[in-house]
Amino acid sequence: MNFDLTEDRQMLQDSLRRNLGDKYQIDHRNKVAYAEPFHDPAKWGELTELGALFALAPEAAGGMGGAGFDISVVFEELGRVLCPEPVLGALMASRLMTAAGADQEALLSGETRYAVGLGELDAPYDLDNITTSVSDGKISGRKSLVYGGQAADVFLVAAKDGGSLAIYEVAASDASVTGYAMMDGAGAAEVVFENAPAKLVLADAGAAIEDAVNAGIVALCSEAVGAMDVLHKMTVEYLGQRKQFGRPIGTFQVLQHRAVDMLTEIEQSRSIVIKAAAELGGPQASRYASMAKNLIGRAGRLVAEEAIQMHGGIAMTWEYPGSHYAKRIIMIDAQLGDTDYHLMRVAQAA
Amino acid sequence: MDLNFTPEEEAFRQEVRDFFAENLPEDIRDAVKNGGELGKEIIERYHAILNKKGWLATTWPAEFGGPGWGPVERHIFDEEAAFAYAPRIVPFGLGMLGPVLQKFGSKEQQDHYLPRILDGTDWWCQGYSEPGAGSDLASLKTRAVRDGDEWVINGQKTWTTLGQHADWIFCLCRTDADVKQQEGISFILIDMSTPGVEVRPIKLIEGGHEVNEVFFTDVRVPYGNLVGEENKGWTIAKYLLTHERTGIAGVGFSMLELEETRELAKKVMRNGKPLSEDPLFAARVAQAEIDLEAMKLTNLRMLFTAQKNGAPGPETSILKIKGTVINQEFKDLRRRALGPNAAPFPGSLDGSNLDVAPAGNANNAARYFNNRKTSIFGGSNEIQRNILTKTMLGL
Repeated sequence: MNFDLTEDRQMLQDSLRRNLGDKYQIDHRNKVAYAEPFHDPAKWGELTELGALFALAPEAAGGMGGAGFDISVVFEELGRVLCPEPVLGALMASRLMTAAGADQEALLSGETRYAVGLGELDAPYDLDNITTSVSDGKISGRKSLVYGGQAADVFLVAAKDGGSLAIYEVAASDASVTGYAMMDGAGAAEVVFENAPAKLVLADAGAAIEDAVNAGIVALCSEAVGAMDVLHKMTVEYLGQRKQFGRPIGTFQVLQHRAVDMLTEIEQSRSIVIKAAAELGGPQASRYASMAKNLIGRAGRLVAEEAIQMHGGIAMTWEYPGSHYAKRIIMIDAQLGDTDYHLMRVAQAA
Repeated sequence: MDLNFTPEEEAFRQEVRDFFAENLPEDIRDAVKNGGELGKEIIERYHAILNKKGWLATTWPAEFGGPGWGPVERHIFDEEAAFAYAPRIVPFGLGMLGPVLQKFGSKEQQDHYLPRILDGTDWWCQGYSEPGAGSDLASLKTRAVRDGDEWVINGQKTWTTLGQHADWIFCLCRTDADVKQQEGISFILIDMSTPGVEVRPIKLIEGGHEVNEVFFTDVRVPYGNLVGEENKGWTIAKYLLTHERTGIAGVGFSMLELEETRELAKKVMRNGKPLSEDPLFAARVAQAEIDLEAMKLTNLRMLFTAQKNGAPGPETSILKIKGTVINQEFKDLRRRALGPNAAPFPGSLDGSNLDVAPAGNANNAARYFNNRKTSIFGGSNEIQRNILTKTMLGL
């Protein structure tokens, strides 16, 4: 048994922490995360030059990683700085392209930005009920909340092709893309296709999509752990500094115990993500991904709400960094299936 | 035991309901429904509508121009106002300063300020919290020094709600630094247009602007702007903390949220069915409904006690704690119901025909985050627990 990172992953973590910490100071992060194009194209370039995307794909696909733990290391660091770059789309696109055996040099180098359109307005989590379809090489339909869609060059889109799900590639220039900022910063888009030219990437793509979603869940959960860890440390630091009634509020036992409860939930979160990352790509991947997403949805709400409450008014302000961490942690629950959705998946599979 | 309202009270409820149906303008109702920020114009127009009817100052006795209601009538009014999607009455002049002047103010102060509160001439805001004095309010540092016929005021207040619209601010100021904290505080009225008063906006977590910082630099106001006795301001502050607290559970607002949550769940789809048919979501709603049902009775029991004893007791802190938590749960459910479609920043999709949330729900995430304030302000839920520990448990 060994829960240490390998030397390579430790180096990756160190290099990302150093670089991202400099690049995404909170003021700069908030500036780019809430103004078009809702990320920082120059810093996206620098991030990809660090090889962050190569860590997300296996060697056979031209990458240098691709295991659950590689994904986890990258996204935990992104979470620590609330990085608004569209890395999730790149990861999920890479999983799909790996399954298809497609060349992904342009994706991994960061030269071409990919976004993945799965969910729809009336089918946000459950892909059985999507209506986007392809006929004679033309795609029609609408994808909602396409993360990173506002900055994408290419979309990989789940569509009904006859009876089964398939993945098609559509150029952003062939779609109608309406980008916007999200509540917690960074961008997404409503993407509408009207008889747009679509290139088949993968037929019978159900299993590949499930793998891409599982990888996305490992990524989001790792991001949440990074963000929760930072927010918790910020809260504990504040408890030590803020004085009321003549002493630091951290000397009040009621707050001490609540800060410990947060810590307990974060440790549980870290554990379930390790399990989900270990199982990624294996036969039990979906089960453990769902467990992780459910636990982190619950832990995230506790950590975010308690952090705000224990800070008091200051964490209700835009100016205080903690408020942005709380928003991100809460909103992660609604990406790729929420607490309840994944609870049912675990229950039904048992 | 009789859980029914009297026929007179039921008739009053109908009267209030009819009043709102006939007099609340559609644009105001829609603005409340959509849950965004209400501008000054809407609030002033709404206040004027109530004032015309004589129902604006819900806590004032008839002698000062109020309707002279008891706790039960106020409760009925609050509920019906919530059900009608009426805005909340801005409380600083009407719910706070008014009662203070009625109890502690001079005849001249009452005659001058009270009518101006009613007719909207003066918009008041509250100068209590400071950066270093939140839960520990008595440690406030804003200094007022007497200089002949004037006070000279220096310091800073914060979390000043709607201070950007205010003409006047009532402040707790330190007037004696050499005595026990609570014994050196005075309650002083300050015209916001006095030189040296500066208001700076605070942007909130969800991006809105409702609170401000207010800075005072050598601000000179007449000595007569003191309310009550010098150095007795803490008594006034405590009076306000216990005055008319029966409305703080916000039961009407939570009942409305329950209905809104149910309606929303019928309109959004999950796993190929309306969310209302999802057993887990239905269970979450039912859980919140059960808590609310008990809260309704807890609230009525405390109303009854207040009616009987003439004043609410310290147990109203229970209403603040549980009322805010229940309302926050509904805010969570309405955000959760939308799934990822709660994510667009408010206003992002306006005018695009690409709305992802059913009408009236595009601000659900913003509302959820904004509403976290309710367990922090007005004496945080932790402070309410301290009050209950002392008063109810005797510990």
